[in-house]
Parts: sequence; structure tokens; C-alpha cells
Amino acid sequence: MSAEEALKATYPGDELTFSQFRDNRRVVVPAGKLFEILAFLKNEQHFDMLSEITAVDYLEYEGAKDRFGVVYVLVNTKTGERLILKTHVNDPEPLLPSVYSLWKSADWLEREVYDMFGIRFSGHPDLRRILTPDEFTAYPLRKDYPLKGRGERHNFPVITRAES
Amino acid sequence: MAMKDVPDNVFMTSLDAAASWARSNSLWPMPFATACCGIELMATASSRFDLARFGAEVMRFSPRQCDLMIVAGRVAMKMLPVLQRIWLQMPEPKWCISMGACACTGGVFDTYAVVQGVDRFIPVDLYVPGCPPRPEQLMAGIIALQDKIKNGGTLNGTEFGKRTQPTGPAPFDLDELIRIREANEKLVALN
Ligand code: SF4
Repeated sequence: MSAEEALKATYPGDELTFSQFRDNRRVVVPAGKLFEILAFLKNEQHFDMLSEITAVDYLEYEGAKDRFGVVYVLVNTKTGERLILKTHVNDPEPLLPSVYSLWKSADWLEREVYDMFGIRFSGHPDLRRILTPDEFTAYPLRKDYPLKGRGERHNFPVITRAES
Repeated sequence: MAMKDVPDNVFMTSLDAAASWARSNSLWPMPFATACCGIELMATASSRFDLARFGAEVMRFSPRQCDLMIVAGRVAMKMLPVLQRIWLQMPEPKWCISMGACACTGGVFDTYAVVQGVDRFIPVDLYVPGCPPRPEQLMAGIIALQDKIKNGGTLNGTEFGKRTQPTGPAPFDLDELIRIREANEKLVALN
């Protein structure tokens, strides 16, 4: 039984959307069911590797109903099977459960999504910024953040010849 | 002591000049390679281009042993404090080469996170242009720096004390863009 069929059998109803593009098999799941489904995929379907978490900002995207999409790429290391899972969260307080308890690799991946998009993960052991400096206040990959930033670049001490 | 007593294999010079000469021919670079320019820096040290011919090949990855920092590649905001700390850890006298468009000016990366020229925050002695510069260009840069060290150095480094500004340009005045545009419009109207 493929992972999709197992999902269909375990979560009947119309809340999951399946699709395929080239060789990518994709599932869209509701945010409320996310953790449960990921745990099922890991424990029952042997998706033992979380290879990626990333997000998409759908601001002003044609036909989009939700602001952020969060994408999980799972790999079954026995069969080489891949499954892409997507869920949606919305503004003022985008929040998802952390999957750190399922896959340790979620640690840095979730920190990156938090750093770049401002999506928080409840239950993450150490949700700090990872790519931008700690005192940074914006989320640079949001579509409403200007490319050149808001002048964050220049607050460093200047070292001159005389004092170094 | 009369000059006629000095044997042929002894020559006279000032202590400053001798020290500068020794320093210029034994540069130990600290490679601060963060991006594509770093690959070019590695190629420079490789057998094909052979930086060793100029006495500047002892790449050290410990700042305490280096006296030439080569910043090769774009420097991100989060990286700049690291760069500054490494610079401060290098013992005097020391020099800095800014290699490539990114290290010199930020290059094409006019984004929120890339430092627009490392010379705004640490002193830079020599700029190597290009994106990326070819190894020959870096070598020409190092030879030019050697000349600079040879000609300008003092034994105790007093020449550095006079420089109280980082050598780079002042931060860019945003109104300048508007003034340039207005001047251009005036020119167009005149013609
Ligand atoms: S100057 Fe060009 S080659 Fe060098 S780091 Fe920047 S983009 Fe890369």
C-alpha cells in the first residue's frame, strides 16, 4: 500500500488533497491535523528522514486563500520514496506544532523557517534566529519586506588602523 | 668606520627599510573566503598559478600567525563581527586585501544582509577589482601590496597610528541619487 492510500484509509473525509507533478507526490493537510499525520507517516509508513522544511509566502498570489504555506519533505530511507506535505497558516500569529520530537533534523530547519518567515513552532526546544543576527527584528523572506532591508546593515563598530 | 673596511657582501640600509623588506617578502595570508572569490583564491595558491613564487603562500588558518588578511567573497551581516574579531586577533603589523566586487562594495548583492564594502568597518590597504578577479589579478594585487609595504613601512609601525579613519568611502548619501537624476534631467532639457 502506498503512503497516499494509507493516509486515505486512516484519515477518511475530504480534508486531505493529493496531487502529483512530474515525480513529486504531494499532500495538502489541515494545520490542525499536521502533527498527527506526520507522526503517522513516521511511525507507520517508515518516513524516517525529514529532509526539508520550508515555507512560501502567498501574499498577493492569485487565488491564494492563506498567507503562508509550510512544506515538509519526507524521505523513506528503505525504499527511497519521497512525500511532500504542505499545510497553511495565517497572519497575525502563524503557529505550528514543532516536529522536533519526531525528527531531530527539524531543529535547524524550523529555526530557519522562523527566522525567514516568522512562523513559530510550539514545543521547539530552542527557537532562535539562525541566519540573521539575533537583534534583527524583521522576517526577510516575507513578501512585504523590502529587498534592501530597512537600514539594518550598518550598525557595527568601525575599526580603524590606529586602534586595531 | 671607513667605507673601505666594509667587505663586498655587506650593504648598509636603515633598520626601517630592512624590516619592511623582510616583511614584504614573507607575507602570511589569512584567507577569509566566504564565496565564489574564495575559489579563485584557492586557485591562486594552487600549482597552476603558484602564489609561492612571490613569498606569500603560507596560508594560515590561525589569525595569530598571519599578517595579511584576504577578504575574498561577500560578507554577510552576521559574519562581520567574526571578520572584525579575526582582524583584531592578527598581530601587528598587518595588511588587508579586499578581493572582488563583493568585498569591496557589496557587488550585485544590494540586499538587507550583505555588507556594502568591508572597508566601512575594517581598514583595507588594497582593492582587487573583478567578479571574480582572476588569480593573476590577485597576484598583481599582492605584488603591489609588497611594493607598498617595502616603500612605506617603519620598524615599529608608526605609519599606522596616523590613520584614524577606515580607508573606505563615507557612507553613500541617498540624496545624491536624486541630485544626479535632477542634473541628468537638466542636461536632457538643455540638449
Ligand atoms: S565578487 Fe563575484 S565572484 Fe567574488 S564573491 Fe562576489 S559574486 Fe562571487
